[in-house]
Amino acid sequence: MYGRGLRTLSITTVAVMAIALGLVFFYAPLEAEQGFLQKIFYVHVPLAIVALCGFVAGGLMAIQHLRTRDPRWDMRSYVAIHMSLIFAVATLITGSIWAKGSWGHWWVWSEPTLVSFLIVFLLYATYQPLRFAIEDPERQGRYASVFAILAGAFVPLNFLAVRLSTEYLHPRVLGSSSNLPAKMQLTFLVSLLGIALLYLTLCKYELTAKHTRAQLRALRRRLAGESVEGAAPRGRSAAPHLALSPSASASTPRSA
Amino acid sequence: MRRTVAALLRKELLVELRTLESVPGMSLFAVTTFVVFHFALNQNSVSGDEAAGILWVTLLFAAMLGVNRLFVADQDQGGFDAFLLAPVDRSAMLLAKALALLAYLIVLELVAVPAFGLLLLGPSLSQALPDLLVVLLLADLGIAVIGTLVAALAVRTRARDLLGALLALPLLVPVVIGGARATSPLLGLTHAASPPIRWLLTLGLYDLVFGLIAYAVFDFLLED
Repeated sequence: MYGRGLRTLSITTVAVMAIALGLVFFYAPLEAEQGFLQKIFYVHVPLAIVALCGFVAGGLMAIQHLRTRDPRWDMRSYVAIHMSLIFAVATLITGSIWAKGSWGHWWVWSEPTLVSFLIVFLLYATYQPLRFAIEDPERQGRYASVFAILAGAFVPLNFLAVRLSTEYLHPRVLGSSSNLPAKMQLTFLVSLLGIALLYLTLCKYELTAKHTRAQLRALRRRLAGESVEGAAPRGRSAAPHLALSPSASASTPRSA
Repeated sequence: MRRTVAALLRKELLVELRTLESVPGMSLFAVTTFVVFHFALNQNSVSGDEAAGILWVTLLFAAMLGVNRLFVADQDQGGFDAFLLAPVDRSAMLLAKALALLAYLIVLELVAVPAFGLLLLGPSLSQALPDLLVVLLLADLGIAVIGTLVAALAVRTRARDLLGALLALPLLVPVVIGGARATSPLLGLTHAASPPIRWLLTLGLYDLVFGLIAYAVFDFLLED
């Protein structure tokens, strides 16, 4: 059920990413001060924006989970935060490279966005250990949702506090997309779209994989003559599991 | 609601008074940390940014000790079950625990701040005191709210001592930023008139936002 439209989405993502990279390397003009190095901007900034939106979206899905008690929302929230964490690592790495290239240091405390990002990353890095430390799946989902809401609200507040605390020592080369030349702006927007699509595609893949694995496990247990009820994975897991009812898995045995 | 909170708060403070589990430990920890800072930094007196940093790091880590102990008795000795059996609003638990933690923090600061003035601080403490109290109170509110919420999240997990600190520290970074930046001009060698208003506003906003969120989500932590 999660696999529907996955191929179209994947192809669109690859196409948009290809166009974005083409624009980055052949269309966007070289920046006067930084030259070629500035091109990392088209990867770094979209990654950061998408990761932050993913964190906040994870919080919104967690609200949905607490309201409806539907474990599928917990799964979506988990996948959104999980994927955002990966994007956040990529953001920190590309940001570091950019800082090294333009300011000569791998890490600069005077760049408020980067510092806020590190704090947000450190907070969300505890999401998986928190889940892993709770055994009961229902309580795991509930507590994880409470955390996701708290952390989702923390994201904007933290950015405010860190931004206030920093005097701009370094000139901000590219603060927002509004003061960019038109060609750069177009390239940036297409890159942003590409990265956002990449995020969505990867989330969909993870959801599909998790769902398929749950179906497979339910089927295996049926074959072995065990009870399918719940069909929880053996051992502890940080990831939520979808409790498939036997009828749902029986009616679509090969759909995945 | 008010009577429930009062009863719960009374129970908290009574338990603390009889067992003396948290507050003496927190205070002793803070004073010891000042000694550690003296040797680690190899300085006899500090001022300005450095003083604010030492004060806030010490207060934060001492607060962590209290946060980690906050719900342990309820978890181990069935306090949660008893509370859930009572036909009362569950948010009362949040309020009572946050107020208890706030009280612990205030007592901690009654010991730690004078000790800091005595042991490490170069400039006189008395000139900074009125403004410092405002900053401390605003920050304490934030620490109490976040600390209570995080303690409730962490106490029923397998790695509760670890998770409490891991969750709380990043969440409290804005409090440290606001607290330290507002305090450092107060503890400078040339005394400034008042702490920058924007830091007080940041701390106030933090308290407000997380107070509301904690109120909204706390019930979900107490369902079983």
